[in-house]
Amino acid sequence: MRHIISVLMENEPGALSRVVGLFSQRNFNIESLTVAPTEDATLSRLTVTTIGNDRVVEQITKQLNKLIDVVKVVDLSEGEHVEREVMMIKLKASGQMRAEIKRTCDIFRGQIIDVTATTYTVQLVGASDKLDAFISALGSASIMEVVRSGVCGIARGEKVLSL
Amino acid sequence: MVVRALRDEGVKYIYGYPGGSLLHVYDALFQQEDVQHVLVRHEQAATHMADAYARATGKAGVALVTSGPGATNAVTGIATAFTDSIPMVVITGQVMSHLIGEDAFQETDMLGISRPVVKHNFSVQRPEDIPAIVRKAFHIAESGRPGPVVIDVPKDMTTPTERYPYEYPKQVKMRSYTPITRGHSGQIKKATDLLLTAKRPVIYTGGGVILGGASDELTELSRMLNFPVTNTLMGLGGFPGTDRQFIGMLGMHGSYEANMAMHHADLILAVGARFDDRVTNATDKFCPTAKIIHIDIDPASISKTVQADIPIVGPAKVVLEEMIQLVKGSKKQPDTAAIQSWWQQIDEWRQRHGGRFRTDDSDLMKPQQVIEMLSKVTNGDAFVTSDVGQHQMFAAQYYKFNKPNRWINSGGLGTMGFGFPAAMGVKMNFPDADVACVTGEGSIQMNIQELSTCKQYDLPVKILCLNNQSLGMVRQWQDMNYESRHSQSYMKSLPDFVKLVEAYGHVGMKVEKYSDLEGAMREAFALKDRLVFMDIAVDPFEHVYPMQVPRGAMRDMWLSKTERT
Ligand SMILES: Cc1cc2nc3c(=O)[nH]c(=O)nc-3n(C[C@H](O)[C@H](O)[C@H](O)COP(=O)(O)OP(=O)(O)OC[C@H]3O[C@@H](n4cnc5c(N)ncnc54)[C@H](O)[C@@H]3O)c2cc1C
Ligand SMILES: Cc1ncc(C[n+]2csc(CCOP(=O)(O)OP(=O)(O)O)c2C)c(N)n1
Ligand SMILES: [Mg+2]
Repeated sequence: MRHIISVLMENEPGALSRVVGLFSQRNFNIESLTVAPTEDATLSRLTVTTIGNDRVVEQITKQLNKLIDVVKVVDLSEGEHVEREVMMIKLKASGQMRAEIKRTCDIFRGQIIDVTATTYTVQLVGASDKLDAFISALGSASIMEVVRSGVCGIARGEKVLSL
Repeated sequence: MVVRALRDEGVKYIYGYPGGSLLHVYDALFQQEDVQHVLVRHEQAATHMADAYARATGKAGVALVTSGPGATNAVTGIATAFTDSIPMVVITGQVMSHLIGEDAFQETDMLGISRPVVKHNFSVQRPEDIPAIVRKAFHIAESGRPGPVVIDVPKDMTTPTERYPYEYPKQVKMRSYTPITRGHSGQIKKATDLLLTAKRPVIYTGGGVILGGASDELTELSRMLNFPVTNTLMGLGGFPGTDRQFIGMLGMHGSYEANMAMHHADLILAVGARFDDRVTNATDKFCPTAKIIHIDIDPASISKTVQADIPIVGPAKVVLEEMIQLVKGSKKQPDTAAIQSWWQQIDEWRQRHGGRFRTDDSDLMKPQQVIEMLSKVTNGDAFVTSDVGQHQMFAAQYYKFNKPNRWINSGGLGTMGFGFPAAMGVKMNFPDADVACVTGEGSIQMNIQELSTCKQYDLPVKILCLNNQSLGMVRQWQDMNYESRHSQSYMKSLPDFVKLVEAYGHVGMKVEKYSDLEGAMREAFALKDRLVFMDIAVDPFEHVYPMQVPRGAMRDMWLSKTERT
């Protein structure tokens, strides 16, 4: 099963490499990974999506917790949560394809953020499966480049991940 | 600042080797007497000496090595400590901070190289941080599940002409690191209730009992319950080896009775042991009828390879103490009738095999006999360090350890070359104790240069080299799995060890007949102030038994070259 693991860690040099190193060292898989500062400048928040059975994911969270720089770990997929990913996708767009792409884009509530005579760059925000669906809906349109941010997520309701 | 912080930490000895990046630190060492530096002949030995000090005392040992090759030479020792959860602080020199990243002379990314084999590592960014970093390093190394910590110190952080405010912190507070201090009472209660209903229980304990200083509690609880106790290779000495309730080591080369008891148990109380693959054999066949209670300070050790029914996260000492109180206060008593017949069964197993080896009429010594003699000559009271191979297994099986922290070996990494520097580290700190290094002619050559260090610092350890003229453990596997094709497991061209040690200024002895063994060994131990190297010729064809059959259950074992369970 796919899990979204959120990690609050000290904003120290080397902290990120410890997390990434842990995944490769212990043969855990990483689907996506994002990291950025939080409202507290001494902390950063890292979100990793991974696929594994319960036992593997239990080991992942336990091993992450063991890292000295890690303050807190939560498996967001255990509870109600919201997840989002940003995608920017550059497409060949000329002739009648332009209208076609525009339509698909509207259906998915994407925005065209850059235009040239022959290309569109579309920005789309949503859960990862929505981004996947958009890519397959583009059908014959030819994709020049895809950039995805990786997933970030947050628990619903009152629950927060903080000190 | 580095030296002053070490002094304030109460460090007496550090083990190391100088180099360019550390010259400021070495100059500071020269100008004081509180922290004594021991100059080894290879950085790996420095780390093993520090490590063995920690294994014998529970306190972090300290090694000091220069940047580049000094640091990389120390990596094996750091990894050795890491896999056995040994507290250690390793200070590595680094090039000037403005040169980092420029492929400067003797620059290596020690933070990167050491990362997978340390509990944590630090790089000093500002000289005034040194005292706090050193204090944190010791705190992290020694608390919770112990482990090695590396501090990487760029040369410009130790410039003597620059002065900074110095304050050694008394306490450490880290919001991201709070080691657990007690177990969950509800879980402990549940576990104790289960213990009192067990009919075929086994207490299986490991390095965590030694690391956590919980032998007394373990012994008390086991005696109250009259349950059989087995130890992992790392747990030996956690329960008295000569006690009737001790059924030997378990696992790949565990005793017949320990492995049989584990397989047939209905309840296993695991304490500070990590269900290593050398213990469990195939996990899907592991202890099919047992419920498992697992006490460990590291939640990641629990249900990692084998699912625990009652997990208890906490220090062994505190949790066992709580169990003792619960058993004392409980109306329910252990099921004595069931335990009695369980003991009958175990005693039958003991008699059937009992870990015996066979001697023949020839005067060719069996390695096991040498260890039995060592046990006899030292009254089971010596510190015994070991290298890696068959001799290590014989030492584990035949030396009866009655006290914790006396058996010092590399279990998790299996580092050949560990035993001799380890013996030196112990002897340095326990000058009056008997310290014996059990080694093989293969392993000893991996750090034999330390004979010179022993001369410099007067370290009269006793080296027992079980010379089977081969990489015996490798050869055994080749005999058993590769139709005796002995690929590269011979040691042709062995040196004359007696002459070699004499050249270093020590005493050498060659022992070839069993009838000479006792006399020679007594003579060696009587030479209190000399290092004695005993080159002991043993049967080159001996195998270590029992040996579990690969991918089998605990009970599937070879008992000799021809018998299988
Ligand atoms: C040639 C060779 C053969 C071997 N054969 C065998 C064999 O037959 N049998 C065998 O047992 N081993 C054998 N080993 C060793 C094996 O590889 C492992 O090192 C060993 O089994 C691990 O021991 P352990 O489970 O006690 O764990 P350790 O590595 O000692 O780990 C200690 C555990 O205790 C926990 N802990 C630490 N402090 C505390 C505390 N205060 N309270 C509670 N828990 C704590 C830790 O978190 C950890 O889980 C062999 C090694 C070699 C080199
Ligand atoms: C540094 C290192 N290299 C290789 C090995 C693999 N290995 C394990 S036991 C062994 C043979 C050890 O030979 P010796 O020291 O003579 O001991 P014996 O088994 O003969 O008693 C080898 C090569 C190891 N454990 N460590
Ligand atoms: Mg040998």
